[in-house]
Amino acid sequence: MTATLMMAAFFIPIGVVPLMWAARKVPDLRDGLMVVAGLLTFACVVGMVPAVAAGARPEVVFFHVFDGVPLAFKLEPLGLVYALVASGLWVPTSLYAFGYMRGHGETNQTRFFICFALAIFAALGIAMSANLFTLFTFYEVLTFSTYPLVTHAGNEDAKRAGRIYLGILVTTSVTMLLLAVMWTFVIAGTLDFTVGGILAGKVDGPVIPILLGLFAFGAGKAALMPFHRWLPNAMVAPTPVSALLHAVAVVKAGVFTILKVVIYIFGLDLLYTTGGSDILKWVAAGTILISSIVALRLDNFKARLAYSTISQLAYIVLGAMLVTPDAVVGASMHIAMHAMGKITLFFVAGACLVSVHKSKVSELNGLGRKMPVMFGAFTVAAFSIIGLPPGGGSWSKWFMALGSTTQPSDYPFVFVYMLSSLLAIGYLMPIVARAFFLPEKVDHGHDAHHDAHHDEGHHAEVEPSIEDPSLVPILPIGESIRETHLLMLGPIVLTAAGCVALFLLAPQLEAFLRPIVGGAP
Amino acid sequence: MNAHLPAIQVVLPLLAAPVCVLLQNRKVVGVWATLVAWASFAIAITMLVHTMEHGTISYALGGWESPLGIELRVDVANAFLATIVTGIASMVLPYGPGSATLAIPEDKQYLFYTAFLLCMTGLLGMSVTGDAFNVFVFVEITSLSSYTLIALGKGRRALTAAFSYLVMGTIGGTFILLAIGLCYQMTGTLNMADMALRLQPVMGTRTVLVAFGFFVVGASIKLAVFPLHQWMPNAYTHAPSVVSAFLSATATKVSYFVLVRVVFTIFGAAYVFGTVHFEWLLMPLSIAAMFVGSIAAMYQTHIKRLLAYSSMAQIGYMTLGLSMNSVEGLTGGLVHLFNHGLMKGGLFLVVANITFRLNSSKIEDMAGLARKMPWTSLAFAIGGLSLIGVPGTAGFISKWYLVQGALVKGQVWLALLILMSSLLAVGYVWKVIEVMLLKPPTDRVENTKPAPLSMIWPVWVMIGSTVVFGLWTTWTGTVAEVAAETLMGLR
Repeated sequence: MTATLMMAAFFIPIGVVPLMWAARKVPDLRDGLMVVAGLLTFACVVGMVPAVAAGARPEVVFFHVFDGVPLAFKLEPLGLVYALVASGLWVPTSLYAFGYMRGHGETNQTRFFICFALAIFAALGIAMSANLFTLFTFYEVLTFSTYPLVTHAGNEDAKRAGRIYLGILVTTSVTMLLLAVMWTFVIAGTLDFTVGGILAGKVDGPVIPILLGLFAFGAGKAALMPFHRWLPNAMVAPTPVSALLHAVAVVKAGVFTILKVVIYIFGLDLLYTTGGSDILKWVAAGTILISSIVALRLDNFKARLAYSTISQLAYIVLGAMLVTPDAVVGASMHIAMHAMGKITLFFVAGACLVSVHKSKVSELNGLGRKMPVMFGAFTVAAFSIIGLPPGGGSWSKWFMALGSTTQPSDYPFVFVYMLSSLLAIGYLMPIVARAFFLPEKVDHGHDAHHDAHHDEGHHAEVEPSIEDPSLVPILPIGESIRETHLLMLGPIVLTAAGCVALFLLAPQLEAFLRPIVGGAP
Repeated sequence: MNAHLPAIQVVLPLLAAPVCVLLQNRKVVGVWATLVAWASFAIAITMLVHTMEHGTISYALGGWESPLGIELRVDVANAFLATIVTGIASMVLPYGPGSATLAIPEDKQYLFYTAFLLCMTGLLGMSVTGDAFNVFVFVEITSLSSYTLIALGKGRRALTAAFSYLVMGTIGGTFILLAIGLCYQMTGTLNMADMALRLQPVMGTRTVLVAFGFFVVGASIKLAVFPLHQWMPNAYTHAPSVVSAFLSATATKVSYFVLVRVVFTIFGAAYVFGTVHFEWLLMPLSIAAMFVGSIAAMYQTHIKRLLAYSSMAQIGYMTLGLSMNSVEGLTGGLVHLFNHGLMKGGLFLVVANITFRLNSSKIEDMAGLARKMPWTSLAFAIGGLSLIGVPGTAGFISKWYLVQGALVKGQVWLALLILMSSLLAVGYVWKVIEVMLLKPPTDRVENTKPAPLSMIWPVWVMIGSTVVFGLWTTWTGTVAEVAAETLMGLR
């Protein structure tokens, strides 16, 4: 039964693609199909939770590609969390995307939504993969299916960003990740994700840190410095892409790969006893701090969020490299926590762009008073990213910090986690403060439309004129309040509420994830 | 019945070729040639299944037993190769039979099919024969017919391309003949297996070394091993795309097989790698081909030339597999023979579609093509991904075996070089995809329409196969492994 659900969740996102293609002339039907597919996929994934929590590990083997290397799927708690995040946020993002894409008058929407569905398909394939080969296959599917999304605008900027995107992701994955996968196969004779790892007793000495390094840097989607440049560049994509893919599905595929490798390929014990991950701890810590400091200085809204993402991803990598049970569980929880928070922030950034044509932090003055609900949601999500209650991020960060206290040599990392929280306050709170407490700049604007034309050249995206007037700010409650379109506001409120819900559900999530580090379910 | 298959395999297309001249009508000839190719494919498959189950088939032509008579000898490796040749022919020939789609003048189309079948005869002959002199005969049949095929291309540059191929090909053929002569002088036999035995006592002599040298250079010219590749880019560029599809997928592959036979069957791995250290020459040249070919491909402005240089790089992978002197390496080389045949054949057919509609093979003329010819463009993208070696495509399977071959020997640097060169493929494939997907359409593209269905389905059969064989490797990886073990004498 669980295996059936697993396959349903796997095939629905790709199954809907030909239907969407067939309905390309009827946008409402096409978009409706995608929402239905999203809901069904999410329902299937949720349906597997009780069984997996009870210890079931559904497995489906398609066929053997090489001797001992099948294309196979097997679900365990970590993969289920990633699948839940990717499929669960697909629906709100779809709704948001309809508002955004139509409001922004984007072209080629069918190609856009089909690639979107393919990306979710790939993400679910990664989440459910039973071995490194399957994971790598879908990892590459994800890279290539998101390329048309990143370059959606089709202009020179998009083309350049697309080259960097593909260049870094393919270079790292082929020269390092694939090499590491094949090397592992030669050493261990298998690629199956196995509790306790498959490399214990088969490698020693400098091979361990080298191989781990190949995996960690090779999973370029994790944006570990110095292979992080693709992420800020990918921000040229329409905001729904930045939101779901470059805050959730794609980047989480990178850290998910690293977590999987640490837990199921090396095994925590091997790395803990040999200290094989010591160097990478510092690489991750450096990434956290440097990218946070860069984020402080950026004025472009989406670019600032992108650097924040780089820093938050490095949290997860650091948590994985600490290889203590608490830190690894915390890192796994952070996949969900960060996803929920960051997608909200991106939604808000996109809504600012579409509704009031603001793409810079310095332009947001006073907007909170016009759009209190939206910026209220932003504040909640920002709390989660910083690691403050009532945001879910406070729990994952707590466990990761707790995991840094097991051995004295890890104590500095407690400090790194705390310092980066301070930095996050530094780059997120000014946005809230500007929105709510500073007066709106009225020097050159009578109305939002004119503003847009004034500084069109500075926007990160091409900005066609608004085609559908009904999508410009609505909900005029009184004179001063003009919230964004409901199709965008709804998802924003929903995911912000999700941040709070995750705060309340954190103990359950932690208990659900414990078995991956050998704890009792 | 099975015992006669090796002979029928060669005789069928040989006899069918003159029939084309008699039939003349281009539509009838097209169907006839396609049927012959399909029948040959069925024979090849039967032989492959038979050899996998029962081992080698030996056939004495005219009842004259070897070593006196000519022996056709089919083991798994030979049958695998015959399957590739006939399989590719079966997919290329139905491509728009008898229509304008071939880009060949209509009154000459029956000659195209005649030459095509003769070329296939030669390739199949090389695949199944166990006789060294017989190899030379079939090399010449193949060469002469392929000069004709290339010269059928539109434009006068096809003639110069065919002529320079003729010069190079003749030198290659002559070298092979010289090598056979020297071996015959030393052993008094022309049967390969017999020759291998009788060469053993005289292995130390300079004559044998020289013979080996002639063999290697001769086969390498035909195979377009770097730096003997000069004839290839022009030939593939100016030949009709269908011919490029067939020749790139089969002719170089059979030459590779001849080289493998020379190395493992006639001279033996102990001599070639133990005494002569052929790998010291072949491995650097292969790596150079992988990089030079890919980098050259990046700078091409014509898509056919781009694919030709890509072939040069891909041949580098195959010879690299040979130079590794291991089962994994040779498996990688052999499986790439098949996989590259599929993807390069498919890609040249894609190009045929594009040039048919656009009347140009310049990359810049394909701006925005993804919108006007979506299925053809998608086929190019998938074939391109396979050239890169993305998992889920056939190219990945080849890369997997080759990298394994390097890693098993502990050569991490070599594994890294293989992977890095595959990145270069991203460079030249994406150069085209970017133009097709992101550039605003030119007038030429704006006024075009999708290729007719009769041109699209053969493309998709081949491109689809690259995905199928990227996941399902029972008939590629496993067979190639058995073939490699057979060639290396481990079975």
